[in-house]
Amino acid sequence: MHDLVAITALGGTEPRVDTIAGVTCTEVPGVALASVAARLGEEANCVKALGDLIEAPTPEVGQWAGATISAFWSGPDQWMVEAPFESHEDLPGQTKAAMAGTASVTEQTDGWARFDLSGDNISSVLELLCQLDLRKISAGSADRCSIHHIGCFVLCRTPEHFSIYGPRSSAGSLHHAIVTAMRSAL
Amino acid sequence: MIINHPLLGPRDASEFTYLGDAALIDRPDWQAENAADAFYEYGYLRDNPSGEHQELWYHEAGDRSWLVVTRNTLTHEISKVELARDVARARGRSK
Repeated sequence: MHDLVAITALGGTEPRVDTIAGVTCTEVPGVALASVAARLGEEANCVKALGDLIEAPTPEVGQWAGATISAFWSGPDQWMVEAPFESHEDLPGQTKAAMAGTASVTEQTDGWARFDLSGDNISSVLELLCQLDLRKISAGSADRCSIHHIGCFVLCRTPEHFSIYGPRSSAGSLHHAIVTAMRSAL
Repeated sequence: MIINHPLLGPRDASEFTYLGDAALIDRPDWQAENAADAFYEYGYLRDNPSGEHQELWYHEAGDRSWLVVTRNTLTHEISKVELARDVARARGRSK
């Protein structure tokens, strides 16, 4: 019998937490993810099915929506669905069933590492990290951008709470970039 | 240079990568009689206009969509930006 220990994207047994001058960067390992790409000709049905799954209007360009199961826009006719891993380990299966053939669904859980920023002065950190127009970003925004040449998603939950998704294989580099920007900006 | 993305609005050109002439969308029919000649032309021959030029750009550091950008090669003025899939479908592709 193997005795395997679950580790986070940064390799620890506990999520890494860094606090600098009132802004906290928290590693968030407990997320289930699935990507949804509408099939040709099924775009409208896909939007409806996804809205039913997240129990909210399907997010428009550059937006996220939902509660326990939420989704964010990742490209034309494409979304990423996210939910707590504890309660939705089978999120891709659940999403595939809900989309009922209107979209291609791919499991993305653990393909991505997530870091949450919370605090009052997050925008001064983000303006060092990415090229997004922060004046246009408000609660509900979800954008893809490049952070230190790493393709990331930046979600604004509230102006005091952002989530950053980056590829798990670059989690260390992304974390280094975020913490360096926090030290520099705050 | 700023590219006005049709979905996301104005974005810096550094977020994009350039592929080349948008004529690449018009891939020849491989079963046609003259396929060899058509593919030679498709693969190797390009117009090099001074003036308006349609180009394929990829929003790599963004939503990863392919765009057809109409750019004036003399002034660098960008007069039109479209999603490449819309252009391709308008030309009868992906049906």
